[in-house]
Amino acid sequence: MLKMTHLSKVYRTEVVETYALRDFNINVSEGEFVAVTGPSGSGKTTFLTIAGLLETFTGGQYHLDGVEVSNLNDNERSRIRNEKIGFIFQAFNLIPDLNVFDNVEVPLRYRGMKAPERKERIMNALERVGLASRSKHYPAELSGGQQQRVAIARALAGSPRLLLADEPTGNLDTQMARGVMELLEEIHREGATIVMVTHDPELAARAQRNVHIIDGQVVDLAEDPRFHQAVHAARANSPA
Amino acid sequence: MSGMFVHNLRLGVASLRRNPLLTTLMIMSIGVGVAASMVTYAVFRAVSGDPIPEKSAQLFAPQIDNRGPQYNHHGEPPDALNYTDAMALMRAHKAPRQTLLFQVGLSVMPDDPHKMPFKALGYATYGDFFTMFDVPFQYGSGWGAEEDDARDAVVVISRSLNKKLFGGENSVGRRINLDDRQYRIVGVTENWDPKPRFFDMFSGNAYAMPSQVYIPFTHAVAQKIDSYGNNNCGMDGKRGEDWDSWLRGECVWISPWVELDTPEQVQAYRQFLDGYAQEQRRAGRFNWAPNNRLRDVPAWLDSEHAVPPESRISLSLALGFLVICLVNTIGLLLAKFMRRAPEIGVRRALGASRADIYRQFLAEAGMVGLAGGLLGLVLTALGMLGIGLVFEPQIAKLAHLDFALVLLTLLLAVTATVLAAFYPTWRAAQVQPAWQLKSN
Repeated sequence: MLKMTHLSKVYRTEVVETYALRDFNINVSEGEFVAVTGPSGSGKTTFLTIAGLLETFTGGQYHLDGVEVSNLNDNERSRIRNEKIGFIFQAFNLIPDLNVFDNVEVPLRYRGMKAPERKERIMNALERVGLASRSKHYPAELSGGQQQRVAIARALAGSPRLLLADEPTGNLDTQMARGVMELLEEIHREGATIVMVTHDPELAARAQRNVHIIDGQVVDLAEDPRFHQAVHAARANSPA
Repeated sequence: MSGMFVHNLRLGVASLRRNPLLTTLMIMSIGVGVAASMVTYAVFRAVSGDPIPEKSAQLFAPQIDNRGPQYNHHGEPPDALNYTDAMALMRAHKAPRQTLLFQVGLSVMPDDPHKMPFKALGYATYGDFFTMFDVPFQYGSGWGAEEDDARDAVVVISRSLNKKLFGGENSVGRRINLDDRQYRIVGVTENWDPKPRFFDMFSGNAYAMPSQVYIPFTHAVAQKIDSYGNNNCGMDGKRGEDWDSWLRGECVWISPWVELDTPEQVQAYRQFLDGYAQEQRRAGRFNWAPNNRLRDVPAWLDSEHAVPPESRISLSLALGFLVICLVNTIGLLLAKFMRRAPEIGVRRALGASRADIYRQFLAEAGMVGLAGGLLGLVLTALGMLGIGLVFEPQIAKLAHLDFALVLLTLLLAVTATVLAAFYPTWRAAQVQPAWQLKSN
């Protein structure tokens, strides 16, 4: 589903070159739930933006759903983002002037979908996250957890092949975070491929697999013993 | 696509309602700029139009230099003829149609003794005048060559004079008293008043009141009816002691016109004018090389400066003002669009292409332009009332707000705003979706 080989991302200024990712390799199979972990500044978010075709990379190869994406133009990248990828952001990123229904509709509009199909998908997605009754509310009228559920509904409405989540519970209190996490697990059980970036060992423990990044490279989790232990501890305490 | 367009318009309206102050500033900026341009354009349009578009390339004003280089302004011959040269052109009859004309002012004595006499302005001319200038008739027609030759007391009156004297009935065959002479009415024109009055630029009557009477030139000269228009006798010229010496003198007061249908005819007429001037030189009347002109209507109006310079200047100033308003709008749109960078980033991440962002934001700019155009229409209508403060009254009343101007106002407002929005929209489309993730 998602395969990066010897991928690199370099930020250049006149005086300095900074490697955000270096000889980066990852392979996520269809139906997997992978947590990408690592300390702040390790390159997790850069990985996610490249994975989501929100940013280009400097070297190496990236195959998404069998397609080599490095030579795609802006339009083609936009289309793939729209059709194959669902994003869940830490800050929810709902458009404040649109109500819940219209927010969920945004990606479907860009797909050129007809109104009846859009409506059906939106209501299905909202029902799935338990917010069908709030479709006319504006984001400011919802709690943080509800807003993130709307964002998840927006990501799900287009039936993406891949869900990319960036610290999806980072802005939520523990209870809301648990609810959102349970929702993601449920979505995964239904067959979705999820790649979630997090620095929270408890969340990482709930994924099927951990990919740990330090200084822009995938490393064995054992190279970060404290995080390794925290993940193990969380797995041991997990009700699942 | 159309569904998306409507959706973009809805988004535009919602966005504009969100910042009423910014929106109002933009709409006012566009509205004021467009209105200033449209008001001055209305004047410019009125004075710069082709007064006889279907024939303006066939009608020519001959000019003959009867004064010599020392009296001419920038080497230009006088813009009218004296009687000698005017009659020479008519006698030679080198054009399929030809006429002379000068302005007359005649006292109309109504039959009804209770009505006061009044002055009617018009022209002494030849019968060809009506055909050459496509004068439309309500009743009857112009007179013919026979009446010209016989110096008959016939008259063509205007629709408005006919209404005043005869209540609008067909008055052909009836008589009217002009300057204590009886004239037989042969025709009643429709309301006809080309602007500018290209055929009589010499009298300074380009934007005067419509003519009310037309009488034969030959009759007017025979009856010694004096010109009511200009009479230019040059730097040290004298009008002469009496009527005959005026006719023989070098004062210019007659506007000549010829109709020439082919380039060959035009060429032949130029040769004829030069030949005539050479002849006059040989005869000792002119002691300078032939200096003639033969201009068609557009060239003639240009040489006569039919478009008042203040109209051009005010239009340029107004367009400059519109540009300033648009630059202001660019700044306001830029501020408005860049405040929405987070939304743009999210939309890009969710699959909007750059073209989608362009469409959304240009549609929004189009809404601003349309609103600005509607405000501009109101201000243009108000501005029309104030044109008289800047321009002469006869020019001011020519400018009017018609359907074409309404359409142009809206089109200008929308087009100018959408063009102005390209830079802010381009900046908006450059927003990198990745920032949305990284800024968290």
